[in-house]
Amino acid sequence: MFDIYCPHCQEHREEEEFHASGEAHIARPLDPDNCTDKEWAEYIYFRKNPRGIHHELWVHAAGCRKFFNITRDTQTYEIKETYKVGQQPTVTE
Amino acid sequence: MSDAIVEKTEVAAPVLIQVMNQVPAAGPRGESPLHHADLASVARQGNQQGGVTLQEVAFLGHLVIRGSIENSDFMSGAEKALGVALPGPLQSGQQGDVSVRWIAPDEWLVIVPGAEAFAMERALRDAMSGHVAVVNVSGGQTVINLSGANAREVLMKSTGYDVHDNNFPVGKVVTTTFAKSQAVIRRTGEQSWELVIRRSFADYLWLWLQDASKEFGLVVRT
Repeated sequence: MFDIYCPHCQEHREEEEFHASGEAHIARPLDPDNCTDKEWAEYIYFRKNPRGIHHELWVHAAGCRKFFNITRDTQTYEIKETYKVGQQPTVTE
Repeated sequence: MSDAIVEKTEVAAPVLIQVMNQVPAAGPRGESPLHHADLASVARQGNQQGGVTLQEVAFLGHLVIRGSIENSDFMSGAEKALGVALPGPLQSGQQGDVSVRWIAPDEWLVIVPGAEAFAMERALRDAMSGHVAVVNVSGGQTVINLSGANAREVLMKSTGYDVHDNNFPVGKVVTTTFAKSQAVIRRTGEQSWELVIRRSFADYLWLWLQDASKEFGLVVRT
């Protein structure tokens, strides 16, 4: 079980309360009508799936119901940090 | 979810919102989510003394208010209407029979006596301005008070959240998992907790609480 720090509730909660929502920091093309198919496909389908440090979007589904980001090591499962949406990670490698 | 947030600034026309009294004093007969359990009979026929006391507090007025803590008109307006400031994370406030719980960074749950819900909703709408919302959710949830010497043990059986004194002082409120459902748990006293539960889960959670309390001696009050 992860013990996850929710940056909105400002305390650790059990993983059971959370839900993972995939990779973080995926910006939607600002003008979808005029972007290329490649840009759109990359936004919709393509993800990094790295071995090591990964920035993920999670939601505190059974708590405050807010989204936030987690920096997690996909090899060790260690959570390096959690931060609010709109902020940038401090751990990048 | 995108990190690029595009904001449009528009001068909004005054929005007329239809508000209605959802908890009428007379007229349609109201039934609590636990109406079918006939708690009055259970209370009469059951134990009169025990380690755990359960009481449904039905027909209260539940109002969800939302807005940004950076909007001072919202924060001060809410305080003026409620008589108590909107509390910070995991805190609650109480002023007479008006209580307010922190739910999320931009969301609070206010509970008032049922007959006062409509007046409170209008007072909040009048006092607050900006990008705010007030929604009457009285019909969607109910309140169960859990108290007694063994109340904490019932909570320990029901939720993974740490309910020890060190982590859960009086006045704290958490939304967390409860049995196989969820509840807003608020500590109202040394030996008393308040659970705000969804209407659709009320029957399940009541049966769960009855079962979990049995070993300590369950007293049901109305």
